[in-house]
Amino acid sequence: MGWWLADSWSMTRRELARWARQPAQVIVGLAFPVMFLVVFAYLLGGGMRVAGGGDYREFLIPGMFALTMAWGLEATMAALTQDLNKGAIDRFRSMPMAPSAVLVGRCIADMLQSVLGLAVMIGAGLAMGWRWHGSFGEVLAAVGLLLLLRFAMLWCGIWLGLIAGRPELIMSIQILIWPIVFTSGVLASPAFMPGWLGAIAEWNPITATAAAVRDLFGNPGVQGTSWAAENAHLLAVVWPITLVAVAFPMAAARFRALSR
Amino acid sequence: MAAVVVSELRKTYGKTKALDGLNLTVPVGTVHAVLGPNGAGKSTLIRTLATLLRVESGRAEVTGVDVARDPDEVRRRIGLLGQHAALDEDLSGWQNLELFGRLYHLGARRAAARADELLERFELAGTGRKAVKAYSGGMRRRLDLAASLIIQPQVLFLDEPTTGLDPRGRTEVWGALRSLVGGGTTVMLTTQYLEEADQLADRICVVDHGRVIADGTADQLKAKVGGDRIDVVVHDAGDLRAAAAALAEVPGAGAVDSDEDDRVVSAPVADRMSALSHLMRALQEAGIDVDDLAVRRPTLDEVFIQLTGAA
Repeated sequence: MGWWLADSWSMTRRELARWARQPAQVIVGLAFPVMFLVVFAYLLGGGMRVAGGGDYREFLIPGMFALTMAWGLEATMAALTQDLNKGAIDRFRSMPMAPSAVLVGRCIADMLQSVLGLAVMIGAGLAMGWRWHGSFGEVLAAVGLLLLLRFAMLWCGIWLGLIAGRPELIMSIQILIWPIVFTSGVLASPAFMPGWLGAIAEWNPITATAAAVRDLFGNPGVQGTSWAAENAHLLAVVWPITLVAVAFPMAAARFRALSR
Repeated sequence: MAAVVVSELRKTYGKTKALDGLNLTVPVGTVHAVLGPNGAGKSTLIRTLATLLRVESGRAEVTGVDVARDPDEVRRRIGLLGQHAALDEDLSGWQNLELFGRLYHLGARRAAARADELLERFELAGTGRKAVKAYSGGMRRRLDLAASLIIQPQVLFLDEPTTGLDPRGRTEVWGALRSLVGGGTTVMLTTQYLEEADQLADRICVVDHGRVIADGTADQLKAKVGGDRIDVVVHDAGDLRAAAAALAEVPGAGAVDSDEDDRVVSAPVADRMSALSHLMRALQEAGIDVDDLAVRRPTLDEVFIQLTGAA
């Protein structure tokens, strides 16, 4: 147990060292959501409306923060599958280290990456004229909710990565994630979607985080009469915690089951 | 004391019996090869001994420590070289070794020193700072081997150490392994190649369907499977039967196989020199035109046919 911290830190350092040797890859990873933001803000945004009125860009940018956090699932999943397939996890498990450090190290490194990713996105948003209108405390709470979503996605990613185990399956999961993240209120108001689709979108965990964050930043688009829309703050906390409560034990069980 | 003792080890996956009551003893300081085809249970055996798989029934001990009861203690005494090079492609060779040193709890300074030492020893010092993805297959495997030796293990497990390498890479890895064996480490390796077992191991056990079907030195096993074989490739397919008859009459020849598509007849022989001269005379007298005539070692397939047929 005494080595658990040291081992987790060694595993984290492994990821940090990888970034240092692969700066281009890191930059591309950080630039991707920024590029997406630019596409939606300038290429498609002109025709977009916000339910309840307001500037689309002010609406879009907090949604993109939530989307960036949700996308993190793919990165976590792919990295874990790679370690699994290359036998790296087998080697770690044959060593007298704390086995859980393999997952904890991944968790810390991915969270650090997400903090950096979020900072870049906030910077990009500010450069595009987006502003928060809330208090400093509200801004901090918004950042906290975004990182909480990322933390939930992280454990979902670890779990899915351990289940999938093969690069081909990862591809399919990565494709399936797109309709799931887009059936949400991050890019468009659920109020403008067909009724049934809007209902699904309103209950999407990503929508809850996006709505809560918009509210905390004081950005437009926070409206709706459904229970989910009115309780976005609660859902933005409950959803990620529920996801972690499911994915964490499942991932841990799956990891232990590697010895079966 | 034995380095590895396995008794009545069983492991099932659904209906497949990966290990079916396997027994094996590896004396300290020896190199023991586990030879068998894909799916024979070799990897399951190594992975169980290296604490990666739970013992289902039976017993497995490494240097006297029960694998099921005290896996952590076993991990402090072993090194594992898995089927794939378990390296971080983006990191340098040195960074990989230093990370493993940290995870073996050597501490920062000793982990760094050990990484330098091992790179030197495996002739990788020149490329130690380059990313592993720039390494050749043989270099990767050598680095992987170095990583499994961070703590100077008492027993080293190698799961198909040269699978997927080109002949040059294989020779490189064999050389590295031989230098190790001189150091007194007990090595247990799995392989699909008879030649590899022959080159490296003091003793070979042949595994099939999760059990040991033969165990002995390379010479003992070869004697058991009939040693060398002679292949005759006839020019004209019509001569195949006559060639088979000539081969059958060679003193000490075993059962003759003939393959019409490739125009080959083949048989195990006891004494290759006398068999060759007999056969050449017989072929000449019968006026058979021969494209190729060769003495070769039995292939793993043939060893298997012989051993499983005999068992």
